[in-house]
Amino acid sequence: MSTQDATAAPPAAGSENYLNCSHGFRSWFFTLDHKRIGVMYLASILSFFLLGGILALLIRTELLTPTRTLMSADDYNKVFTLHGAIMIFLFIIPGIPAALGNFVLPLMLGAKDVALPRLNLASYHLYLVGALIAVLSIVQGGVDAGWTFYAPYSTTTNTAVVTLTFGVFVLGFSSVFTGLNFIVTMHKMRPAGMGWFDMPLMLWALYATSIIQVLATPILGITMVLLIVERVMGIGIFDPALGGDPVLYQHFFWFYSHPAVYIMILPAMGIISEVVSVFSRKHIFGYRAIAYSSIAIAAFSFLVWGHHMFTSGQSELMNMIFSALTFSVSIPSAVKMFNWLSTMYKGSIRFDTPMIYALSFMFLFGIGGLTGLFLGSLATDVHLHDTYFVVAHFHYVMFGGTVIAFLAGLHYWWPKMFGRMYDEKWGRISAIVISVGFNITFFTQFVMGSQGMPRRYYAYVDKFEPYHVISSFGSYLMAAGFFMTAWYLVKSLYRGRPAPVNPWGGGSMEWQAASPPVVHNFTDEPVGGDPYDYANQAYDPALGGYVLRKTEVSDR
Amino acid sequence: MILSGLLNTLSVRGAGVPFLATGDGTFWLPVRATEAAGTVDNLFYFIFWISLFFFTLLMALLAIFAVRYRRRREGEEPEPSPSHNLAVEVVWTAIPVLLVAAIFWFGFQAYVDMSTPPLDSYQIQVTGQKWKWTFTYPNGYVDELLHVPADRPVQLVMTSQDVIHSLSIPAFRIKRDLVPGRYSKAWFTAVRPGDYDIYCAEYCGTQHSSMLSTVKVLPPEEFDAWLLAHSDILSGLTPVEGGERVYNVLGCKQCHSLDGAAGVGPTFRDLFGSERPLKGGGRVLVDENYVSSSVLDPQSQIVQGFEPVMPTFKGRIKDQEITALIAFLKSLSGHAPRDEAPAAAGAGTP
Ligand code: HEC
Ligand code: HEM
Ligand SMILES: [Cu+2]
Ligand SMILES: [Cu+2]
Repeated sequence: MSTQDATAAPPAAGSENYLNCSHGFRSWFFTLDHKRIGVMYLASILSFFLLGGILALLIRTELLTPTRTLMSADDYNKVFTLHGAIMIFLFIIPGIPAALGNFVLPLMLGAKDVALPRLNLASYHLYLVGALIAVLSIVQGGVDAGWTFYAPYSTTTNTAVVTLTFGVFVLGFSSVFTGLNFIVTMHKMRPAGMGWFDMPLMLWALYATSIIQVLATPILGITMVLLIVERVMGIGIFDPALGGDPVLYQHFFWFYSHPAVYIMILPAMGIISEVVSVFSRKHIFGYRAIAYSSIAIAAFSFLVWGHHMFTSGQSELMNMIFSALTFSVSIPSAVKMFNWLSTMYKGSIRFDTPMIYALSFMFLFGIGGLTGLFLGSLATDVHLHDTYFVVAHFHYVMFGGTVIAFLAGLHYWWPKMFGRMYDEKWGRISAIVISVGFNITFFTQFVMGSQGMPRRYYAYVDKFEPYHVISSFGSYLMAAGFFMTAWYLVKSLYRGRPAPVNPWGGGSMEWQAASPPVVHNFTDEPVGGDPYDYANQAYDPALGGYVLRKTEVSDR
Repeated sequence: MILSGLLNTLSVRGAGVPFLATGDGTFWLPVRATEAAGTVDNLFYFIFWISLFFFTLLMALLAIFAVRYRRRREGEEPEPSPSHNLAVEVVWTAIPVLLVAAIFWFGFQAYVDMSTPPLDSYQIQVTGQKWKWTFTYPNGYVDELLHVPADRPVQLVMTSQDVIHSLSIPAFRIKRDLVPGRYSKAWFTAVRPGDYDIYCAEYCGTQHSSMLSTVKVLPPEEFDAWLLAHSDILSGLTPVEGGERVYNVLGCKQCHSLDGAAGVGPTFRDLFGSERPLKGGGRVLVDENYVSSSVLDPQSQIVQGFEPVMPTFKGRIKDQEITALIAFLKSLSGHAPRDEAPAAAGAGTP
């Protein structure tokens, strides 16, 4: 049987691709190419991840001792506020959709670009503007209101709240633009023959994410505007001293921010669906269940915001309803876990770096999701609310879930994005170091939280010291893992072995484009079909990758 | 109730004995000092064991699959196996649905009990302000520590003077936000005499993490005796000592130091008898009337270099307490009684 394919050859040195087709600042900054925009997003979010990570290390170092270690209480409050705001609004929300999603979405559709390339560029430019405004708030002395900006603290503190919230407002538009663009692209640019249920699950995940982005983000925008109006013009909306209602603020805020946690986790789940199937070389189990559960999560995510307010004084009836709805949203997540596991069953599993991350995701997200049950249940949440238990919960789902899946996706698509393979051995080692460090850092936080340690504490009661010390050392280990990752990824750009077209044997269409793709993505019309059917590929040891099997010998 | 009953039957420790009675803490949870704490902890462990069971099951499968189905050589293709199975998918959706329904129901039940105070509860008013707790007893006595009688339902009626705070007593498993402009309530029956931590659980600024207090659970007779002895905070004290007490109990010390360093407000050292520059021009001599009006109507005259953030104490401070405060301030000042030349304006200002 012939195993030849026109696109199977590795890129000849110097062959033209989207990275080297043109040069100079303008060719990147004003590009309409989704791949370049994705790469720029990637560089930007990683820079903010670095900044947010340094702030995290400052937090953990301050907490090594029960009293002052490095900085004053006011500085500490600013550091944790900025850490949260940067990680959420500048890293994790745009993270998977705008950086990886932008790159792979048109490729997965076999399309040339997104439907609205100019809107895509505008989204990136708005992101930069929003990010600059947010950074300006640091120059103005920082903000100390917490990333949640609860009123009336946020409307009365004398720090740069207006600047940072305005930055968040602008970033919101960037997020809406990306979401809108993706929705239109998936509706209008699916190739003939690709029905909704023929799409890779990553696209279902991005679709569900986009819906939340478009519907929920405006609420955040309005809330930030109301906060700014109150601060600047003294109109009483949230501050009771001016006749406002502070609990209303919490409703507005969480009406966005709970769905936002699904903006973070849904695309992560999409990546895991791809990676688990490809590296097990088995059709994804329960395709429809996974697809529907993405949509179900998106829908339910709008109905549970009140679970952040069980102790705020909302009525018992409301608490009961929100608690019940919260549990309902945990079911689709559980179903996905079962599906991934069943996909591995009777597979042929390869443990490359993306798969190590995917396994680590299942472990960490499992813990994160299960601890959500303690928080969704009313009587236990009263005890656990606003303690380190919540901090640990959301780090397990956002870091153990989203960031780990982001890393899985980054390593999975890295050869496609940059045409180079990274050092597999270091990839696996640092994946393991990061996971171990993560567990040391955050598992201890579950224990101290359930023991009563409140969150956002600069100083603490002596009995919590051992937990904090262990947690801080875990964070240094994790940081070491990240520096290793940065080092071998950067090195791969210069020294990496040229990547084959399809190093992992992926079945979706991006694996038929050259690595890295040409400007218009495909030289030949990509071959459609079930993205999880691996029967038509064969491994070619000479290439170190997979090639499409031609069932009929081609005329060549 | 239902839950502890159920757990009792399940309990390895035998029927009749609560699975987790009031008592010492465990690896996960701190000491339990109320009845409700036992219920909460039972629920916590109920969820914990369910979670641990399923987590272990899933991770064991993960590990088994990872080893059993690892790719042994490059290019290996797995045996074909089904990619969906409706019966299995229905079952693994239904089981979690039933389990979370149970968790929800127990959590809700326990929560309703925790939110329904008995009618005869003993009421204590709680005020939160940056960054201190004030507990006011039915007879008007005010304290910065919370004393409560054991074995008697106690209801806290709480509000905040400034931003949102949250009263958290881990040993009681209760937490409730104090929202300015509203009253919120919490109740408990403490059953284990002792001292337990009170934390502020809602971020409220610079000294959020020092907004701590202690709840002292006293046997009922001791509580009554204690309250009687402390009802008049000035009793048995000289005016200067009494003033110092007022200074501590009413929270002046959160903002005014005694050592000459400016905090949120000016220091009290050498204050009395000095002349102070006012915001918007003018000066004023710190005398008895000025102190009194500063306490009752702080916004009327603002000292230069400070923000108008001092809360009014009108209605919370008695006349004799102001008198005692003045005596205390005088004792701190080299200017009192009247020096010839008041020191340079800004004593204590940065
Ligand atoms: C939230 C912080 C805060 C608390 C609590 C507070 N103050 Fe003040 N106080 C201030 C500030 C700020 C000023 C200076 C601005 C002004 O004049 O209002 C001030 C000013 C004063 C002055 C005038 C000082 C001067 O230099 O002229 C007096 C007297 C005073 N406070 C007494 C008290 C007493 C007595 C208490 C307790 C019953 C108290 N304060 C509680 C913040 C506070
Ligand atoms: C699996 C089902 C989940 C359940 C049942 C659940 C439940 C909860 C509940 C009840 C709270 C409020 C706790 C409190 O403040 O007392 C909470 C907090 C939080 N959760 Fe989850 N959660 C789940 C999954 C997720 C996911 C997937 C994410 C994000 C990727 C997430 C992110 C967060 C964040 C960020 C907070 C706290 C925000 C803050 O207060 O700063 N959760 N969760
Ligand atoms: Cu939520
Ligand atoms: Cu606080």
